[in-house]
Amino acid sequence: MLASLFIAMTHWDMASPAQWVGLANFQAMIHDPLVYQALYDTAVYAVVSVPLQLGSALLLAVLLNQRIRGQGIYRTLYYLPSVMPTVAASVLWLFIFNQHFGIVDAGLRLLHLPTIYWLSDPRYTKTTFILISLWSIGNAFVIFLAGLQGVPQSLHDAAVVDGATNWGRFRHVTLPLLTPVIFFNLIMGIIASFQVFTTAYVITGGTGDPNNSLLFYVLYLYNETFVRFQMGYASALAWGLFVIILILTLANFALARRWVYYEQPGGRW
Amino acid sequence: MNVGLHAVLIIGAAVNVAPLLWMLSTALQPSGSALTFPPQIIPQSFHWDNFGRALAAAPLGLYLLNTLTIFVGAVLGALVTGSLAAYAFARIRFPGRDALFVLVIATIMLPAVVTLIPQFIEFRTLHWVDTFLPLIVPTWLGGGAFNIFLLRQFFMTIPYELDEAARLDGAGHLQILWRVLLPLSKPALATIVVFSFVLHWNDFLGPLIYISSANKQTLALGLYSFVGEYATHWNLLMAASFLMVLPVLVIFFAAQRYFVRGLQFTGMGGR
Repeated sequence: MLASLFIAMTHWDMASPAQWVGLANFQAMIHDPLVYQALYDTAVYAVVSVPLQLGSALLLAVLLNQRIRGQGIYRTLYYLPSVMPTVAASVLWLFIFNQHFGIVDAGLRLLHLPTIYWLSDPRYTKTTFILISLWSIGNAFVIFLAGLQGVPQSLHDAAVVDGATNWGRFRHVTLPLLTPVIFFNLIMGIIASFQVFTTAYVITGGTGDPNNSLLFYVLYLYNETFVRFQMGYASALAWGLFVIILILTLANFALARRWVYYEQPGGRW
Repeated sequence: MNVGLHAVLIIGAAVNVAPLLWMLSTALQPSGSALTFPPQIIPQSFHWDNFGRALAAAPLGLYLLNTLTIFVGAVLGALVTGSLAAYAFARIRFPGRDALFVLVIATIMLPAVVTLIPQFIEFRTLHWVDTFLPLIVPTWLGGGAFNIFLLRQFFMTIPYELDEAARLDGAGHLQILWRVLLPLSKPALATIVVFSFVLHWNDFLGPLIYISSANKQTLALGLYSFVGEYATHWNLLMAASFLMVLPVLVIFFAAQRYFVRGLQFTGMGGR
């Protein structure tokens, strides 16, 4: 961590010795339009995909927490995409969303709908990426499932005696008791979404194109480090990301007081 | 109610699994037919030889060996040093232990990218770039917060009386760990092995940064360069992708409960 801060204060291309430049890298960051582009791309992705992921994972967990036939099979099938190798999955998406012969485009053509340039029109690329991210919500799903199993049956029974509907039980019994788990998944989801890299790297070949619309922050950081060898500047970028994630996490912890329910005083999350 | 629920779940599951089936279907298509319209959902003829052609197009055997070397080296480190650290946190009282443990857990939340550059420079100074060492050695330094956490939680569920009994028989810390705790912790150890396998099998950023020689590539890297060389041969690309997916599928179906257990342990952290 401290080494990173030290490097961030230098100009260093790995070929010649590092030069001390003080805060110049941080100043350059503020004037770098690509930093804002990368932050914008990442923020849009995070703001839309994290709530969607949490929402669908929670819905799925609630549905599959009921006693239904084939419960185990359903759970397996819904969790499965989360263990897929990211590179293989990205190659697959590249094919599925191909504008000339992808299966999605074929479907649109059969319905006589216009072709959508899923991965080459900057207006659609982020939507495509958010859709892709919804494929692997398995981890959040399993954690929600565990949380649901921790809700005591006695509380449900009591609510039923009091005449609560299904929705009422979910809203006033399950949801409050589940808030710590929602909070955990929220924090993890935000951190993960700010670090999205491999899918973007494979799908755009490392460029973040079209029009830098997929230049996520870590992709830009990678290019500055290992393509342009700007070690000092890239370290400054890394610190920028760290500070952003730290602020978001702390803000979340501060806000958590208002909505996260603790069964025992002094609970950690 | 139940019929509607099943309908929703089946449609959802179909959408979920469809991409994988499409991968397999395309992998079996003859060359060129992946580009026809309308697409053939089920190939007219099954070209199993596509897998052979994909295997012949790149030294996948070598990539497999490289990937497995990294995995074995790394998972041993995680098991050995992870269980030592977890033992200390679960069984030995020392000042500042709990604060230190919280610090270890906090590193789960630390974005990995922040330490990426200093770590790269460190390994470069050691002349370890373009070897497997940067991908293996870090797990020998405690095995990662996730593994320590998992094992510590598991050790906590084992009755302390067993330790006492072993101590009366003259066992030291290492013997208690080796003879008492670890034999009882097989599910947790298996969870770590399974998770590590998926992690290292799928890892892309690590090898991308540290490996440059063609003969040291991992499967993930190899598949990525395959995309560049065979950009229009979608059937071969999908065959290669499927070959990479298959072992994960096998492991997943064989060891499902370990995935769920591991996630539930960490997910319920602090409770």
